[in-house]
Amino acid sequence: MTEKELLFNSGVLTERCPGAELPPRELWEKKKNGLVVIECPQRIPCNPCASSCPTGAIRPFKDINDTPAIDYEKCIGCAKCVAQCPGLACFVVDLTYGEADEALVKLPFEMLPVPVEGTSVDCLNRVGEAVAKGKVLHVTEPLRDKTRVVHVVVPRDRVMDIRAVRVVK
Amino acid sequence: MRETEVLVIGGGPAGLSAAVEAASHGCDVTLVDSDLALGGQLVKQTHKFFGSEAEYAGTRGIKIAKILFEELEAAKDRVTVLSNTTANGFYPDDGVVALVKDEEEYIRLRPKKTIVATGAMERLLPFPNNDAPGVYGAGAIQTLMNVYGVFPGERVLMIGAGNIGLIVSYQLMQAGVEIAGIVEFMPKVGGYWVHAAKVRRLGVPIYLRHTITDAIVEKGVVAGAHIQRVDEKGRPTEEIRKIDCDTICMAVGLIPTAEILWQAGCKMTYVPELCGHVPQRNAFMQTTNPNFWVAGDASGIEEASAAMVEGRISGISIARALGRIQGEAFQERYLELWQRLSNLRAGEVGAKIRSGLEKCSNCGCDWGEEA
Ligand SMILES: Cc1cc2nc3c(=O)[nH]c(=O)nc-3n(C[C@H](O)[C@H](O)[C@H](O)COP(=O)(O)OP(=O)(O)OC[C@H]3O[C@@H](n4cnc5c(N)ncnc54)[C@H](O)[C@@H]3O)c2cc1C
Repeated sequence: MTEKELLFNSGVLTERCPGAELPPRELWEKKKNGLVVIECPQRIPCNPCASSCPTGAIRPFKDINDTPAIDYEKCIGCAKCVAQCPGLACFVVDLTYGEADEALVKLPFEMLPVPVEGTSVDCLNRVGEAVAKGKVLHVTEPLRDKTRVVHVVVPRDRVMDIRAVRVVK
Repeated sequence: MRETEVLVIGGGPAGLSAAVEAASHGCDVTLVDSDLALGGQLVKQTHKFFGSEAEYAGTRGIKIAKILFEELEAAKDRVTVLSNTTANGFYPDDGVVALVKDEEEYIRLRPKKTIVATGAMERLLPFPNNDAPGVYGAGAIQTLMNVYGVFPGERVLMIGAGNIGLIVSYQLMQAGVEIAGIVEFMPKVGGYWVHAAKVRRLGVPIYLRHTITDAIVEKGVVAGAHIQRVDEKGRPTEEIRKIDCDTICMAVGLIPTAEILWQAGCKMTYVPELCGHVPQRNAFMQTTNPNFWVAGDASGIEEASAAMVEGRISGISIARALGRIQGEAFQERYLELWQRLSNLRAGEVGAKIRSGLEKCSNCGCDWGEEA
């Protein structure tokens, strides 16, 4: 078993695969409000992302064990799945936001303290390293169930790495 | 001597579902649980559950417990609830179950039919100093933290990267506890990959192919641990690492709680995939003792989603055995439940469960057979 396989086996995405694909670049660049990025590479019996998707962009599962497949044309970046997914595996990345070197990431958040709008937070990669500073634009609680969705403005060249934020004490 | 039509032992998701289902078909039910409050594992589960929407996926465990309590409340005319009441033994000679209520009152109860939904016990690991203050099972940590609001420690080393180890680590972090790392013997996490990703991105290391060798004790309490890398064959290597922590949490598996089933003379089989000795059962969750049914983790370690459906299946099957429902009405509901259960077990993750069930089920649906 290689180091890369071991890294993946410990819960770190090492390459794109079914259930963890990226939107087509061209559509992504121009889609206002962003597109969903899901990182759920393992077949497990779980379907709330698909059943909560208001536009059917996350295609209805044939088998509850399916990994999510996405019709990006239909995705409106609403981040409902971000709030719903029990595995916190859904994110929305909006490449149309802000200046040319900025982008907006919508992330699930279930820790305390909750980030405050307008403040700066540490942006963490898939192994928890702080790779950039981000600015909190909005904090919403779509399902009123304590899972927040944090909208954070990040350096555009970091959108593929940033998957969590940490409040700076 | 008290009597009841249906006794449900255990008020977790399996027992609650069984009680509600049996009551909904007109059975009189007594539900006992040894804990102060009902809910079993659900009351400790602050995370959102996996599974299908029909089984409340995407809803937190504590919320699922509330939904089941509401159903129970609606059925209260038919269900007597005795909490802080332990079923201590079954006496086959006269069919009496001995209950101890509030640790003082002794009750003899004779049920017509019994559903055993007693859940599971934790496995523990042998290692030097595992008896030192600061070494816990994951269940104890969850009870302290999520039921009583007690901070278990400052910095925890988790042993086991199954779903329980991963989820409890996440819950500890939510409570403000630092996780020193998660140690796993196998070359991959045993729990869902997404649960691992969730803690990894918050900076928690997962030491695959590692085991704990001993707890370091200073002034009588845990002050750290040594962990050791194992090779591809699981043999210890020279590579040993010291971890600073004040708490060690073991999440290395569960064992079905099946004493009452043994006492009832049910045929028991050791099934590694289901994590211990489990009763032989038919497709209605009835054991080889025709008056005993089983549901949930007591029938094999699985998930709350499956436990709830199994509870319902045993509940409706007992209602049929008592003559409260039959024919098409039974078949329709039963088949719907069976389908839900099969769906939950259909995929790769369910393969282990399916292979385990083959060793202990007689799955022929014999519609003519009256229990
Ligand atoms: C950390 C963790 C996370 C989990 N996450 C999920 C998840 O995301 N999704 C999911 O579907 N499942 C999950 N589970 C699994 C789920 O909690 C269990 O499978 C489920 O609770 C089993 O239900 P049960 O009713 O069989 O047993 P339990 O919930 O264990 O309930 C058994 C009850 O029986 C009582 N009892 C035992 N013996 C006696 C006796 N002799 N007399 C009277 N009462 C007795 C106990 O007090 C207890 O209340 C998780 C479990 C853990 C520990």
